Amino acid sequence: MGHSSSSTSSHGSVKSYVTGLLLSLVLTVIPFAVVMSGALSTATTVVVIAITAVLQILVQLVMFMHMNTKADEGWNVMSFVFTLTILVLVVGGSLWIMQHLHLNMMIG
Amino acid sequence: MATDTLHHGAASEPHEHHDATGTKVFGFWVYLMSDLVIFGSLFATYAVLMKGTAAGPTAADIFELPFVLVETFLLLFSSFTFGMGVLAMNAERVGQVKAWLAITFLLGAAFVGMEVYEFQHLIHQGYGPDQSAFLSSFFTLVGTHGLHVTVGLVWILVMLVQLSTKGITPMTRPRILCLSLFWHFLDIVWICVFSFVYLMGVL
Amino acid sequence: MFGKLTLEAIPYHEPIIMVVAAFMAIGGAALLGALTYYRKWGWLWNEWFTSVDHKKLGIMYFVVALVMLLRGFADAIMMRTQLAMAAGGAAGYLPPEHYDQIFTAHGVIMIFFVAMPMVIGLMNLVVPLQIGARDVAFPFLNNLSFWLFAVSAILVNISLVVGEFAKTGWLAYAPLSGIEFSPGVGVDYWIWALQISGIGTTLTGINFFVTILKMRTKGMTMFRMPIFTWTSLCANVLIIASFPILTATIALLTLDRYFGMHFFTNDFGGNMMMYVNLIWAWGHPEVYILILPAFGVFSEVIATFARKRLFGYKTMVWATVAITLLSFIVWLHHFFTMGAGANVNAFFGIMTMIIAIPTGVKVFNWLFTIFRGSLELTSPVLWTLGFIITFTLGGMTGVMLALPAANFVLHNSLFVIAHFHNVIIGGVVFGMMAGLTYWFPKAFGFTLSEKWGKRSFWCWFIGFYVAFMPLYVLSFFGAVRRMQSYANPEWQPWMILAWVGAVIIMMGIACTIIQFWVSIRDRKLNADLTGDPWDGRTLEWSTSSPAPFYNFARLPEVGDIDSFWSQKQRSNEQLDEAPYTDIHMPRNTVAGPVISFFALILGFALVWHIWWLAAVGALGAVASFLARVFNEDIDYYVPAAEVARIERAHEKRKTSAPSSAASDREQTNYVEARA
Repeated sequence: MGHSSSSTSSHGSVKSYVTGLLLSLVLTVIPFAVVMSGALSTATTVVVIAITAVLQILVQLVMFMHMNTKADEGWNVMSFVFTLTILVLVVGGSLWIMQHLHLNMMIG
Repeated sequence: MATDTLHHGAASEPHEHHDATGTKVFGFWVYLMSDLVIFGSLFATYAVLMKGTAAGPTAADIFELPFVLVETFLLLFSSFTFGMGVLAMNAERVGQVKAWLAITFLLGAAFVGMEVYEFQHLIHQGYGPDQSAFLSSFFTLVGTHGLHVTVGLVWILVMLVQLSTKGITPMTRPRILCLSLFWHFLDIVWICVFSFVYLMGVL
Repeated sequence: MFGKLTLEAIPYHEPIIMVVAAFMAIGGAALLGALTYYRKWGWLWNEWFTSVDHKKLGIMYFVVALVMLLRGFADAIMMRTQLAMAAGGAAGYLPPEHYDQIFTAHGVIMIFFVAMPMVIGLMNLVVPLQIGARDVAFPFLNNLSFWLFAVSAILVNISLVVGEFAKTGWLAYAPLSGIEFSPGVGVDYWIWALQISGIGTTLTGINFFVTILKMRTKGMTMFRMPIFTWTSLCANVLIIASFPILTATIALLTLDRYFGMHFFTNDFGGNMMMYVNLIWAWGHPEVYILILPAFGVFSEVIATFARKRLFGYKTMVWATVAITLLSFIVWLHHFFTMGAGANVNAFFGIMTMIIAIPTGVKVFNWLFTIFRGSLELTSPVLWTLGFIITFTLGGMTGVMLALPAANFVLHNSLFVIAHFHNVIIGGVVFGMMAGLTYWFPKAFGFTLSEKWGKRSFWCWFIGFYVAFMPLYVLSFFGAVRRMQSYANPEWQPWMILAWVGAVIIMMGIACTIIQFWVSIRDRKLNADLTGDPWDGRTLEWSTSSPAPFYNFARLPEVGDIDSFWSQKQRSNEQLDEAPYTDIHMPRNTVAGPVISFFALILGFALVWHIWWLAAVGALGAVASFLARVFNEDIDYYVPAAEVARIERAHEKRKTSAPSSAASDREQTNYVEARA
């Protein structure tokens, strides 16, 4: 009946979840505010959106999902990094390809 | 053959169980990686097709950001409440786990409700997913996320039943942990949705 | 009530199909009749269908694959016959709308229902044994994966007699596969067969990835794993990362067809090139999923029969990992001519050439393993040597195709057909035949007839070259793929030669069938009593043949690569006197077959737009899954006394055998002489 074994994800605490929530709220309000107010240039707005998104994803990965390099001998981080790499290659590659197809073949 | 599943103890091998919970949770994490690739493909498709508006509405025409902000808060808070549920489970408080799961369910259901309303409204206006490539990819990407959330809601109901009938056991514990991974993962996908679809869409 | 389904869906007017259907019906009835007469239904259900034992699932995968090979090969011989006839304006015997379904079905069946299940079947049989584990990480999912695959095969076979199959080629490019240009049910059969089996494959990928990472026995670090396990690990990584792309892409095509959406349509902003792009982003890793485990088989076979440790273990591992990564950045080479331009083409062309390098490393490692070893020319070795020659040639034609400028001439010509059959037959088929022969005794407890195995090899090897070298020649004359007839009568001699090659391959398949027949007939004489018929190097050979359902009575402890070999060199005595313990095993599952049965109903109903039946299928699948979820009686303990009994019986069989594996083979050869 005891706790789950410690090789499962680390437990977290109320504090880490509350911190995560507050950080996420802030990182959500910022891009919405920037876009809805139209205060910054388009290029800057895009950068703000992208950065706050990445930061919030990290906050959630670490503080909510407890992703760390110790559990599962680091395989969860490794598989996440690998999947991200594949996504960058496939999504990025697809966009590069489709953009060129659009230029050359006048479709899309 | 013995059917006695309670026969643990000295007769079984020392490292036999191989941390069954850990294996299940890791396996579910790996599944989430595959799900991430599905969403990646849908995002790529949206990025390629979002200009294909076919003389119909564009993103700026149909996205309502305040509505999306409320949806985002609902999902974000539901992620938090699920986290509280997991902490309660670690403290072996079944009643609290069920309460937090129930709140998570309500927040998640509200999110899905809002999304269904948004879709219905668009279709009503003649902006359904069969009207242009942009609309097809928008409805599919956001709709796939919503479908995942719906599956999560059903899963929460199943866990509520199992917690009530069995409590926190070696069978239910890994499932709650997997569900928590699923739920947080869906919030992460939503971050990408509201950032790259809605926010960037209206610029 | 029945959606689009009417009695007209049965192709009464196609004599070829009706004859085949009659054979299928008679054969099926005979099989069912025999099962009933010999009262084997209970045995089949309890020992096989509901089993979660990875060894049994592996065997079942391979059995289905071999049956589908017959169907896929029948398609091949029909195409070769048509092309041998249809020269210079002659119509041949297959009209285009039939021919188109045949080349589509040939590709779909061979890739998804022959090659993939053979690979997955071998991984199932071998990997847990090689890593010293008792089963995979998720045995129930393993059973479910098999049944999802099996019902998809059934769905494809139903399409032959109820309705039609796709006429689009095996990848069903849009917009031809869209609802406007393929309004029939053929593409829908394609869609649901691949989606259902794709779920099974993705689950397998996850299952084996977790198994290999988490369930290796004590002392087996990553760099002490057998090479077949390494290549399986990498293949499963590819499955997890690439199959979701296929799932998403087919889903988008489905949305276009069923809901009138515009992902890949000609109008309303659709972009059919995105279909080609996405499907190949999956498609290229797919071919590496097929070939990497085959490479693993060759590594095991060469090391065992050269009686020498594999040369360059570490470089083999890194070459495999490199191939895994590189396989995700070459996919555009399948559509150089679609028009992405020089820069994009150059990048992907260069990356494609680079991916040949780690494969070359592997070939050199195999050759260096043979060098100064004492290679015994058994049939697995023949398959391996045949592979080295054939695959290298095929790989070279691949590098030729990787040049975008050359590709503009060769795209969609018979050169492409010849190239990929060169690497798939030379690589995957030869690898699977080698693996089948090599691990057959572990699965069934007796060896296959060497004589018929060698005959099969020579037929395949010679037949391949006679069938496909003419296609290279024809491609230089301008012949293209997927053509039902051709205007130039000067091509006909080459087409006839290719047909002869196909017939020789057919003889090879016949030899394999005879091989099974003869080997089963002589199974007592060819029994593998020790569990180690080849004097093997890896852990699977330390178990009996067949292995007990729990694999290892005591989980082994490993100190280096080829640990079983080292163990044998150190001492020939069994030192382990520790008492047996209770073993925790998973129960059989009814949910696996039942969920899949409902998936079959769902798939068929969706094909024919029978919405109420689709709801039945979907709800049934969900309900069965929930029943499983609420089932707590899913495992049990095998008492130590039972384990002891089984192990003692194995010891007794071992001591009744002649003392060495070599004399096992002498015995086999003796039996051969009179066969």
